[in-house]
Amino acid sequence: MSALLDGADLNSEPRTSAIVAPNRRAPKRRSGGPSHRGAGDWLVLVVAIVIGFFIAVPFLLILVNSFKSPTDYNTSGPLTLPTELYFDGIVAFWERVDFPEKLLNSVFISGVVAVLAVLLSMLNAFALGIGRVKGRLWIVVLILLANMLPQEVLLYPLYFMFKEVGLYDSQWAVIIIFTVIQSAFGTYLLASVYGTFPKELLEAASLDGASRWQILWRVVYPISRPTLSVLLIFFFIWTWNEFLIPLTFLVSNATQTVPVAITVLQGDRLMDVTTTSASALLGLIPTLVFFLIFQRTLTRGITAGAVK
Amino acid sequence: MPAALTTRALTAPPDADPAARRRTRRTAATSSLIPGSPRNAYWLYLVPGLALLAVIIVVPLGWNIYLTFTDYRGIRPPEWIGLENWIELAGDAVFWTSFGNSIAMIVAMVLVPTLLGLVLAAMLFDLIGKKFGGRLASFLRATYYLPQILPAVIAAIVIGWILRPQNGALNQVLEAIGLGSLAHNWLGSADTALPSIMVIMVWVQLGYPIVIFMAALQRVDPELYEAAELDGANWYQRFRAITVSIIRPEIFVVTLTCTIAALKVFGPVYALTGGGPGTATMVPAYYAYSEFFQSQQVGYGATIATALTIVIAAVSVVFILAQNRAERLEESR
Repeated sequence: MSALLDGADLNSEPRTSAIVAPNRRAPKRRSGGPSHRGAGDWLVLVVAIVIGFFIAVPFLLILVNSFKSPTDYNTSGPLTLPTELYFDGIVAFWERVDFPEKLLNSVFISGVVAVLAVLLSMLNAFALGIGRVKGRLWIVVLILLANMLPQEVLLYPLYFMFKEVGLYDSQWAVIIIFTVIQSAFGTYLLASVYGTFPKELLEAASLDGASRWQILWRVVYPISRPTLSVLLIFFFIWTWNEFLIPLTFLVSNATQTVPVAITVLQGDRLMDVTTTSASALLGLIPTLVFFLIFQRTLTRGITAGAVK
Repeated sequence: MPAALTTRALTAPPDADPAARRRTRRTAATSSLIPGSPRNAYWLYLVPGLALLAVIIVVPLGWNIYLTFTDYRGIRPPEWIGLENWIELAGDAVFWTSFGNSIAMIVAMVLVPTLLGLVLAAMLFDLIGKKFGGRLASFLRATYYLPQILPAVIAAIVIGWILRPQNGALNQVLEAIGLGSLAHNWLGSADTALPSIMVIMVWVQLGYPIVIFMAALQRVDPELYEAAELDGANWYQRFRAITVSIIRPEIFVVTLTCTIAALKVFGPVYALTGGGPGTATMVPAYYAYSEFFQSQQVGYGATIATALTIVIAAVSVVFILAQNRAERLEESR
């Protein structure tokens, strides 16, 4: 790992620019620039596109068949476009699960978790990365435990504990659990980011008489905001996608999240072939929308950690 | 998806080179980064985090371990039975089948995606990105990544729909092209259920190594490639000698995080087969769940979950030790 970081940190500037414009930089020494594409290159391109097509096919099939009537499906099969747009499947499923309610539940749970987990990560990381409390390595390892455990280990004790305090079947149970689990990762990442925080800024603030609490909110928070916003988006999407704990803790219909509501209805009598397809479509649309909105932040987040 | 998280952090420790790390470690041990502010004063900031961690993670973990030594049906108080659950577990054929299936999951979620991901990432970055433009490469990367953003259960429903026994898309297509004899109850027969789930997991996982590896490849100095090319190295030789050796840290991280995810896999099995037919697709996480909530054998379910935790912890430790050793070998060279 250190080998990676040596190279990356010392030379990332010139190398990234070389990646951004590789052809402009050394056009003559390269055997095949954009103008020299051999048959082999085209073959590789075709292979890459075919693989991409196969990965996308399930999405396309779901899209096409969600708007077909079951009879249309049975006569013309899954590969043709619908003869006429048929919304009954989607509407039936939408009403059956009360989709807007589930959407609202998911947004509420994921949103609150994202905000609370970022806040908690920041407090932890402030003590670990900037405060450098004694034994911080072991504290980080302990915190990371939350991320490594199979969630089945937590199921029964938590189920019992939340039942005792009257939070079973409450969205707050799920919110508290995921705030802890997500902030484990956030603490890990932020503690290492804060460990390299520009010392001069902290010194200047402390000379001006700022307290620790003021330094956290007026210096550390504004400067680390880009990292915090990446964490916020990740926490939101990861919580959205969670399944086992919401499935166990949100038993009544009115509290369920989108993935849980859709999954528990599979195999129901209502689910004819095109309604099932419609249910999958409704399940994938919200995440697809996030992906399109946050694509840049996401890829930046993914690469930020890996390249740094 | 949760697998994705550890990666970014693991690859981004605070200090760059080992020398600097040693230096900071020496100075860091004594004081906080803010002058005149004692380290002990910061414990206050850890109170909410550690208190929540204790309640949500540490206490349940300890409780769970205690339950493994009891007979507990969820109604009457747990009854201490010593090692009985563990002895039963050792002789439980379903449990061993579930771990056997975990190996199949590791093949589908670690081995195949990592190897295929390496080749595809190198292909996209090296060839398509450079000869056909970065935009096309990014577009293909986004396409490969698409299944990763779905909730695992929704991804499973999407593919499960295609594999429906009577009128699923795959069987319909097979019939349409005259291969109707190959049509099959893919998830419902013992011989194809596990391979079908494996294919689904490859589809789900593939985008993750590709995105991580493509980011890592930006570190590779293009001049290294040019030099190797001038020396007459072919693509495969360059790939092995340069690409793989430089992005090895990411390969480690991807392998570790995906292995943990493969051992923990639950959603797709729950959504598609429920471990069946028979125990053909049973995995430890689902077995623990079914003991907890279907058989109401809480003590035994806790034992399965604890065994899984031990395996995951052991795998992680072995991985990290191996990685450290490989790094030290690299440094001493």
